[in-house]
Amino acid sequence: MEKDTNESAAWTKRENESPIPKHERRASEKDIRESIAWAKINQDVLKSMETPRKLYWVILFFAFAAFSVGVGCEVYQYQNGMGVSNKNNPHAWGLYISTFIFWIGMSHSGTLLSAILHLMHADWRKPIFRFAEALTTFSLMTAGLFVMVHLGRLWQFYYSVPYPDERGLWPNFQSPLLWDAMAIFTYLSSSILFLYIGMIPDLAICRDHLHEGWRKNLYTWLSLGWEGTDRQWRNFRVTYLTIACFLIPLAVSVHSIVAADFAMSQQPGWHVTSFPAYFVAGALYSGCSAIITLFIILRYVFKFEEYMTLPILKKTVRLTFAIAMIWTYLNAVEFASVWYSHDQASKDVLIQKVIGPFAPFWWGMIFCGSVVPLTLAFKRFQTNIPVLFVVSLLLNLGMWLERWMIVAPTFSHGYYPWTWDHDQWPGFVQWGMVFASFGWFTMLFMGFCKVFPSVSMYEVKEMVYHRKLHLKKSETAEQGAH
Amino acid sequence: MSVSNLLENWAQFRHFHPIDDKPHDPYKWAMSIDLDACTGCNACSVACYAENNLPVVGKEKYQHGHGMHWMRIERYWDEGLGVAGGSDFPDHGAQFLPMMCQQCEAAPCETVCPAAATNHTADGLNSQIYNRCVGSRYCSANCPFKVRYFNWYDYPTTDNVWPAEMNQQLNPDVTVRSKGVMEKCTFCVQRLHAAKGTAKNEGRLVHDGDVQTACQQVCPTGAITFGNLVDHESKVHKQWQSQQVELDKDAQVKDQKEGGSGLRGYRIFEELRPYPSVMYLERVRESAI
Repeated sequence: MEKDTNESAAWTKRENESPIPKHERRASEKDIRESIAWAKINQDVLKSMETPRKLYWVILFFAFAAFSVGVGCEVYQYQNGMGVSNKNNPHAWGLYISTFIFWIGMSHSGTLLSAILHLMHADWRKPIFRFAEALTTFSLMTAGLFVMVHLGRLWQFYYSVPYPDERGLWPNFQSPLLWDAMAIFTYLSSSILFLYIGMIPDLAICRDHLHEGWRKNLYTWLSLGWEGTDRQWRNFRVTYLTIACFLIPLAVSVHSIVAADFAMSQQPGWHVTSFPAYFVAGALYSGCSAIITLFIILRYVFKFEEYMTLPILKKTVRLTFAIAMIWTYLNAVEFASVWYSHDQASKDVLIQKVIGPFAPFWWGMIFCGSVVPLTLAFKRFQTNIPVLFVVSLLLNLGMWLERWMIVAPTFSHGYYPWTWDHDQWPGFVQWGMVFASFGWFTMLFMGFCKVFPSVSMYEVKEMVYHRKLHLKKSETAEQGAH
Repeated sequence: MSVSNLLENWAQFRHFHPIDDKPHDPYKWAMSIDLDACTGCNACSVACYAENNLPVVGKEKYQHGHGMHWMRIERYWDEGLGVAGGSDFPDHGAQFLPMMCQQCEAAPCETVCPAAATNHTADGLNSQIYNRCVGSRYCSANCPFKVRYFNWYDYPTTDNVWPAEMNQQLNPDVTVRSKGVMEKCTFCVQRLHAAKGTAKNEGRLVHDGDVQTACQQVCPTGAITFGNLVDHESKVHKQWQSQQVELDKDAQVKDQKEGGSGLRGYRIFEELRPYPSVMYLERVRESAI
C-alpha cells in the first residue's frame, strides 16, 4: 500500500506539493483525511466557482466553435434534406443513432454513483457524485439533440410524443422509439430533479458566502430557504432517498428501451435477446470511464487533491474494470447466441463485422473495450493518473465504436443481396455533428462547474465526520484491548 | 375525449392481423408475379415513376443509394447455366425479381413507426400517411425487403426535378412528397379508390378488370396479376388457390412436400412471418425441367 502511494505521488510534481501533510498521506490508504476543517471544505469548493482563469475562456471558446460546426451542419441539413449527410436507402440511420446511444449510455454513470452507491452506503462516492450527476444530465441533453437531428422532419418531432390534441391522434404505443422518447424525457427530468435536490444544502452555503450580484439572487432562489434545521435535514434525507430509489429502475429501463429499438426489430444482428443487459452494461462502462476522465481533469484544474483522492480513484477504477469484464462477457454471449442460432442472416452480419468493411472498427472495439481495460487490473496502474487518463479515453472510444458497430453493419448487410451496401461511409455532416456534440457537452459541463459546486460540500463533511467516528471507535476498541 | 380514444378505440387500428379471426371483407388487394414471364424490361418501374410522381433523382444520387423506384427490378445471376466453361456474368443467366412493397399483413414497418404514420387499411393495404411522417426511418430499418424510400432531398422545390412545364405531366391524383418523409408502393391506391367509387355508384363491388395497377397495365408479358383476393372469381384468387398459397400461413404446401410438388407459388421471407400480399411464381428453371 505504502509503496503504491509513493509511486503514484512521484508521477506528478503537483502531488508532492499537495497540502496534505506527508505523514498523513503515507499513514494508510484512506478515502479522505479526517482532519480537514469544515470551513476549509467550503473554502476550497467555493474557490472552484470563482472568476475563471483565461484558459477557461479559451477552452470554452473552442468548445463553442466545435458546437458551431454542428449548428452549421444542421442548418445545411435542414435546408437541403437528410441526403447531405450521405445516408441512403439501406443505411437509414448511421452515426446519429450510434452517437445517440453513446451519450445515453454515458448518462448512466451519475445514477450508478449517486443512487445505487448511495443505497449501498458506499461513502467513497461522496466527493465525486455531483459531477457524475451533471455528466448524466448533460449527456442526456446531448443525446436528445441527436434524436432531433436524426429526424427527417424535425419540425414535426412532437408527432411522436404523446400529447392530447383535439383530433384524438396518438402516437404509436407499439413503437420502441416512442418508449424511447418517453423514457428519455422521464429520465432527464428525474435526473435534473435529483441533481437539484441533492444540491440544495450546498446552494445554501453558496448563498451564505456571497454578498451581492445575480449569483446571490440565484442561490437564494434555488436554495428554497434552506437553514439546515433538523426538520429540513430529515425531509431532505427522505426526499433524496425516495428519488434515488425512483431513479435506479429508470436508469435501467432507459437503456433497456434503447436496446429494445434494436432487439424488438426484425433485422439480422439486432434481433438478440441479450441486448438490454448488454446495453446497460455498456452504458455503465462508458459512464464509468467518463467519470475517470472528468475526475482527473477536475482534480487537476480545481486542485481537488484533498477530496478527489487517489484511493477513491482506485475504487472507481476497480468498478470500471469489473464492469468492463461484464461487458466483455455479454459481448461473448451475443456472439455465441448469434453463432449457434443457425440463423444464416444474423451469422452473415456477424461475419461481416469480423472480416467485412467494418473489420478495423470492429476489432478496434474489441481492443479498446476488452483488451485495454486489462491494464486496470494491475495495481500500479490503478492510481497512475497519466495512464488512467489515456485508458479512460480509449475505453470511451471503444464504447463509441461498439455503438457504431451495432448500428451500421446490419444496414450494410441486410437479409438479401440486393439490400447490401458495403461501401457507404458517413458524410462530413454526420462527422461534424458527432464532433459538435462533444463541444456542446463541454460547454454545458464547464458552465455547470463555474455556477454550481462540482463537489458536494455537505456530503464531504459527512464523510469526514464518518471517518472521525470510525477512528474514535477503533481507538476505543484498541484501548479496551490493552 | 382524447384519452377515451386512447383507451377504448386504440385496438381498432391494429386488428388486421392475418392470425386474427377477422377476415378482410369485401376487399383484400393482392398480387401475383410470374417470374417465368418477367423479361426484366423495367417497363413496370417506368410506369410507376409516371403514375406515382416519383422523382428521377439523376445518376449521381442514384449511385449514392438515393433512388426512389417504388418498383424495382433486381437482377441476379444463376451459376452454371450459361456457356460451358465460361462465366455466366454478365451475358448469360440473368434472372429478374420485380420488387415492390409486399403490403405485408403483419408488417414489420407498422409496429415500429413512432408517429403511427404507417397503418393497415381495411382492404389489406399497408398505407403511408405522408402528413404524419416525422422521418425517423425506423420503418425502413425494420423492413426486410428494404422497399421503403425516403425523401433525402426536397425533390420538387430545391432539387427542381420537375421544372416548369414538366410539372404538367404530374399525376393530379397523387400528392408530390416533400423532403423528410418516407414513401413506398401503394398498389396504386388512387386507382383503387376511383374504382371503388365507380363500383359504389353502380351498386356493386369492384370486379376483376375494373382496376389495374400501373405496373400491371404496362407489363408486356402479363407477368403481374392484381386483384381482390376475397373475390373468388378474380384471377389473383384463382392463382393463389391453384398454387395452394394461403395468406395466413407462414409455410406453404410447396415448401413442405419433399421432392417437388409441382407448385411454383411462394412468398418472400415467409419465415419472418410478415405475411406478404405478393405471391411470386417461381421461374421454371432449366434444372427443374
